[in-house]
Amino acid sequence: MALTGQPPKSLSLNQKLATVLGMMGMGILLLATFNVAFPNKTLWLTVSLLAISFGTIWFSWDAYSKKLPGIKNDGVWFKSISSRGLWGWMAGLALTGFYIILYFYPEYLGQVNGGENKGVIALFDPLSKLLSGNPASQWFVYGTLYTVAILIFGVKFLWKYRHNRYERLRTFSVMFFQLAFAFIIPEVMARLNGDKILEGGSLPYYDLKSVWPLNYYNFEGYRIKGFLSSGDIGFALLIFGILSIFVITPILTYRYGKRWYCSWVCGCGGLAETAGDAFRQLSDKSLNAWKIERWVVHSVVVFVTLMTTAVVYSYLGTDTNKYWLTKSTFLIGVTVLLTLVFGWVMIFKRAQLQKDAQYGAIGYFVIIITLIGFHFLSGEGQVFLFKSETLRKTYSFLIGSIFSGVIGTGFYPIFGSRVWCRFGCPMAAILGFQQRLFSRFRITTNGGQCISCGNCSTYCEMGIDVRAYAQKGENIVRASCVGCGICSAVCPRGVLKLENGPLEGRIDSNQILLSNDVDLMSLVNQK
Amino acid sequence: MEHIVIIGNGIAGVTAARHIRKLSDKKITIISSETQYFFSRTALMYVYMGHMKFEHTQPYENHFWKKNRIDLIQGLVTQINTADKSVLLEDGQSIPYNKLIIATGSKPNKFGWPGQELEGVQGLYSKQDLDLLEKNAPNNTFCKRAVIVGGGLIGIELAEMLRTRNIPVTFLVRENSFWNGVLPSGESQMINEHILEHHIDLRLNATLKEIVADENGRVKSVVLAETGEEIPCNSVGLTAGVTPNIDFLKDSGIALGRGVKVNRFLETNITDVYAIGDCAEQHQAIGNRRPVEAVWYTGRMMGETLAQTICGNKKEYNPGHWFNSAKFLDIEYQTYGWVFPEKKKKENETHFHWRHTREKNCITIAFDRDSKQLLGINTFGIRLRHQVIDQWLNEKRDIDFVMAHLADANFDPEFYRTYENDIISKFNADFGKSIKPKKKSLKRIFQLG
Repeated sequence: MALTGQPPKSLSLNQKLATVLGMMGMGILLLATFNVAFPNKTLWLTVSLLAISFGTIWFSWDAYSKKLPGIKNDGVWFKSISSRGLWGWMAGLALTGFYIILYFYPEYLGQVNGGENKGVIALFDPLSKLLSGNPASQWFVYGTLYTVAILIFGVKFLWKYRHNRYERLRTFSVMFFQLAFAFIIPEVMARLNGDKILEGGSLPYYDLKSVWPLNYYNFEGYRIKGFLSSGDIGFALLIFGILSIFVITPILTYRYGKRWYCSWVCGCGGLAETAGDAFRQLSDKSLNAWKIERWVVHSVVVFVTLMTTAVVYSYLGTDTNKYWLTKSTFLIGVTVLLTLVFGWVMIFKRAQLQKDAQYGAIGYFVIIITLIGFHFLSGEGQVFLFKSETLRKTYSFLIGSIFSGVIGTGFYPIFGSRVWCRFGCPMAAILGFQQRLFSRFRITTNGGQCISCGNCSTYCEMGIDVRAYAQKGENIVRASCVGCGICSAVCPRGVLKLENGPLEGRIDSNQILLSNDVDLMSLVNQK
Repeated sequence: MEHIVIIGNGIAGVTAARHIRKLSDKKITIISSETQYFFSRTALMYVYMGHMKFEHTQPYENHFWKKNRIDLIQGLVTQINTADKSVLLEDGQSIPYNKLIIATGSKPNKFGWPGQELEGVQGLYSKQDLDLLEKNAPNNTFCKRAVIVGGGLIGIELAEMLRTRNIPVTFLVRENSFWNGVLPSGESQMINEHILEHHIDLRLNATLKEIVADENGRVKSVVLAETGEEIPCNSVGLTAGVTPNIDFLKDSGIALGRGVKVNRFLETNITDVYAIGDCAEQHQAIGNRRPVEAVWYTGRMMGETLAQTICGNKKEYNPGHWFNSAKFLDIEYQTYGWVFPEKKKKENETHFHWRHTREKNCITIAFDRDSKQLLGINTFGIRLRHQVIDQWLNEKRDIDFVMAHLADANFDPEFYRTYENDIISKFNADFGKSIKPKKKSLKRIFQLG
């Protein structure tokens, strides 16, 4: 956001005015945070959100609508905000600060335990009451701003990629799922609580598209109680939550790759693709980063599995007469499931795993099974050596708050827009595991057309060195690929295509540089 | 241990080095005066435009070279002594070799225009040229207008680059339509229109008479040959093609023509000295190819071939079907096989041309008048699947087959509008046919069962 300088990094007059307008909208929120009393909250909240929205949309309109359709990354690496310059660091600090306050010090936003809201949260009361009938909370404020961000930066993205229908449809999709599924439906669902239709029960807040383990708390005791107390609808939602991870996501990921979720539906992905788009180029593409990514993200999966197992275990009973699912049957079930998955991979898919992935898989499997076995041997007591509550709290703090929020989004302008999705999200890791081993999705490399320019790698938000594959004529089948399609969009030579096709020949490590001497290629491919 | 010395760290030299390392344990040294590490030359434009930083144009991380035991020397080779098998660097260092690979690429053409050496006048080929452009045309207050001389791929790229900084550009093209020595007229015309859309002052039929200096020896204007018009400018880009970069070989005893003369094994007249990439010139042109091919892909293929020869698998350079691609501002271009412009095509080469009525998409398919065999395809704004077209060319498919199966060849991103129906109905109208488009088949595309 360099306000001075030469084209292409300078701002036009329109963009400067738009920035001022947007900042004024933010200013209202800031004043409210410092307890400036706004006489008419509805009016001032509307003014603020409209100013922010119009500022952003005006800015983008000026940036893209006057240019011919096409890839317009001009000056991305000159602008301070998008190249880790002063503005980038300041934005990073501001966002990080916001997340720390949001998660750990909501009282500074006006959250009052057992009393009426103050500050900026109070400013959002009218909107919250309109939707759910309840006063706002810090999460409502966050959810609203989050949704507004996806919508207005979504509009920017739609302009920027107006020549690309894949990008447009994908962006409409994330905008829709955020607005409807993450924001409006759960709020409205809250109105049903206590209603006859729920048999007087009360549903937990449920963003239907947020699947366990991203939604790591989905099977915690209080939520299960909520579901089970809410009649058929509650029970159906609980079943839906279980089917989501065990049936629906595997089928969709098999057919389309994990992109159907990560860059078409998911809220974290939605924010990364819209508000985070200006920072996608900042992701680290080094081999080292890839190594760290694989260990960290899979460790999170193990952590969330252990934590959820322990939590579910903690509220289950022991008496089979009361309920068929007891502590023991549950643990046996988990063991069987993990063994099946582990066995399937090791027997059928081992060749597709790198050495360290094999060691990792074996190591983690042994750890989990040992812990479960340890439990059985030691008789009653806490599972996994720790109290389930300790595990849950630790996960919620480290992964749920620090990783996904403070680092994941706060550091957009420093580490790029997908830090959370790449290093931290257990959902992305599970879908990625399926994508790598059992999916029709791949990015096809177009024969020999690659010129190694590096646009694909530079603009890969997941830090995949796309070029390393493309220049060898190899398809790109990476667990982390979220299928955003930007590599294909920025490629000046039409080399990359995201597509679903037969499993056969999908992962071909042979070099297929076409229009070359056939005999030569067979020599080159001799290992 | 045999020592392979490679002069030049472009795509040809680096590909040769990588494949020699894959196949053998030989000592490998790459010498370049341009940069320490390999980078993608075709990506330099994106650095000036701010799409990438220079480091992003480097396909391998810096530790790659040490790990693969490829020694890098940054230095300028001034002389090759083929008698005692050594190369001499500018700093006096002498490096012995057992086998020498010359992969020194190209340099911009300069046709002896008056003023071509003035300050502010430059070509666009090397990293140094990029740095120079940053000095000559940093912004539109320092550079109030730039003039580009030569209507080829580099010329239009330079125009695109300068326009991202809002620098007014005058683009002098000798021909009466952009790049029509390569493109058929319909395509060339579409690009003319697109250039104008980008507010580039395109001058067709315009050649440079001279470049005029100001009192400090800097360029202040150019004069056109045809009209005598003087165009004030602060920067001049000379982009009238490239020529092999081989001046330092003049007295080496290595046979030279336009480039370093090589046979099909990429051997020069001197034993153990080879040449690949832009700087190599075939004694006999291969098929319709030019003796000197200054193209990324051919440099890469020559590198792959020569690595085999050097490692004991003597191989001829035997490129398959011609292909190439480029991007003209916002329009992607791909070509497979041969589609010649009107003034160069043989009598039997028939063209079918389709252009979208509003958008900038078009396609030209060349086929044999008599046998109907597919000769080549050009597309603009439509991506094609290399593998499918390659297969059609191998199988010598006829034009009717190609038209019916056009959907199989599409490589555009998912959900893009497809134009096959439009294209085929125009073909049917033009040639009195009634071909029905077949639906895209994954089975055919991925050659299953």
